Amino acid sequence: MNTPSQPAQPLPDLKDNKMTGSTTEGVAATTAPGASANFGGMSARSDAELNASRISIRNLDFYYGANKALKHINFEIPDRQVTGMIGPSGCGKSTLLRVLNRMYSLYPDQRATGEVLMDGQNMLDEDVDVNGLRAKIGMVFQKPTPFPMTIYENIAFGVRLHEKLNKAQMDERVEWALTRAALWVEAKDRINTSAMGLSGGQQQRLCIARTIAVKPDVILFDEPTSALDPLSTLKIEELIDELKRDFTICIVTHNMQQAARCADQVAFFYLGELIEVSPAAQMFTAPRHPKTQEYITGRFG
Amino acid sequence: MSASSIGAPGRDRRTALALGRRRKRVDLLVRVLCCAATVLALGFLVSILWLLTYRGFAAMDLSLFTTSTRPPGSGGGLLNAIVGSLIQVAIATALGTPIGMLVGTYLAEYARTSQLGNVVRFVSDILLSAPSILIGLFVYQLLVVPFGGFSGWAGVVALSIILVPVVVRTTEDMLRLIPDTLREAVAGLGAPKWKMIVLVCWRSALNGILTGILLGIARIAGETAPLLFTSLGNNAFSTDLSRPFPSLPIAIYAYAASPYEDWIAMAWAGALLTTALVLGLNVLARAVLKTRS
Repeated sequence: MNTPSQPAQPLPDLKDNKMTGSTTEGVAATTAPGASANFGGMSARSDAELNASRISIRNLDFYYGANKALKHINFEIPDRQVTGMIGPSGCGKSTLLRVLNRMYSLYPDQRATGEVLMDGQNMLDEDVDVNGLRAKIGMVFQKPTPFPMTIYENIAFGVRLHEKLNKAQMDERVEWALTRAALWVEAKDRINTSAMGLSGGQQQRLCIARTIAVKPDVILFDEPTSALDPLSTLKIEELIDELKRDFTICIVTHNMQQAARCADQVAFFYLGELIEVSPAAQMFTAPRHPKTQEYITGRFG
Repeated sequence: MSASSIGAPGRDRRTALALGRRRKRVDLLVRVLCCAATVLALGFLVSILWLLTYRGFAAMDLSLFTTSTRPPGSGGGLLNAIVGSLIQVAIATALGTPIGMLVGTYLAEYARTSQLGNVVRFVSDILLSAPSILIGLFVYQLLVVPFGGFSGWAGVVALSIILVPVVVRTTEDMLRLIPDTLREAVAGLGAPKWKMIVLVCWRSALNGILTGILLGIARIAGETAPLLFTSLGNNAFSTDLSRPFPSLPIAIYAYAASPYEDWIAMAWAGALLTTALVLGLNVLARAVLKTRS
């Protein structure tokens, strides 16, 4: 098979998929030949090698009340690479993201069972400090959500929750975060003005700066560009590419081209199940599951 | 037969025209009714304001603000009533605002779907529309009877009881306008819930909450009934809240019912002052709501 060469850590491939209960393996072989077509001119990244796992998801189930939204999910999120999550609306990809930083625990009727292992600890355990976890796993949302304060205060807000810095150190951290988020040049002269005055794309980069200022290990992006114009989208994508040198990144997107451009590994969800997870190059040239192929060629979803 | 110029081919032109005429007639009728109702309502309002201004200004002079009540026919002013009102309203606001804000925050942030929250919300709404004289009677039983006399404090308590549900309502409404995505963004940085509420939610809703407080102040500044049974009124200048306490609405009530010409004139001046204050607070509230939105 055309599985890529594997690094030290076991890769999310057929072995993992079998655990999802789907019949991936059986049909994969029969559809592989047809899948070698060029999908709408998309060219995925060619560096197919995946790093060691940073987060392991084991037997994860998720419920909105009585409604089971994620069914027996198993896969690995590679360290300092981009994992793209794709699938039609309501398939559970955003839900999975909200499990990783336990955002769901804000809502009393939502619960998750199974394991999300990071640094040898199950993040779903009751005794895990949620706020500490969220300092390690940051999140950028679909719509830019600047806080009603100055640009400087927006960045300093998160840092102050977890660290005690003096003025000079804080200034330095704010500049560092804004620089990493490619906003420093535009914002440095108005850093003490309200963040609400920034454009949509700038606000989203501010949210990214705010997230990285806390120095997390992992950044979750939930459709970060769906409310932005193409130029702002391009900037965010370049940023994600740059950020993955230091951060492990998960990005939920409805945009197949975006997944192809940004992701090293792609996971395809359908009706709450993880149908396929593959290195991006393989996902977009030779998907193993017929459902994946139908989705990425635009036949449904 | 040629197709008519309006509507689809084959549609009867005559019926269409008749329907069009009917539509115009109904439109005219509704418009006339609306305008007539507006003129009627505005007419009353304008005549009240005109009378108030006309009579009020006639009685307005400097001594109104510099002297307290004197016996009929010997001049005097409203100083005691004005100062008394300011003190009572200020203290009632200081007492009622934090309670109202915290209850509103509880309803919007902690008890959105809980049974207790629903009960609190229901009771607060009843309180909001309760006749204010009932609140006066309640405080009379609570503070006047047991402590053996009318007092400014009793009036303050009655006024804050009226203020609280107003602040509760606006605080909850304004906090509910904040999208959950903003709350998630704060939580996503690892902020505990109280910091989320105090540092972000309150700040976002600040203008709205401030507007509610100003409208609440406007409401209690003009209340008379709850003060009749509590602070009673006082013809002398007083800053001692443990005794009967003067206030503007009660002065208007007492002077207007008196048989003396100059007292009645002062009642008009007081009414004009109160109206101007309430109007000013309402305009200020609107201005606050407009900034940064």
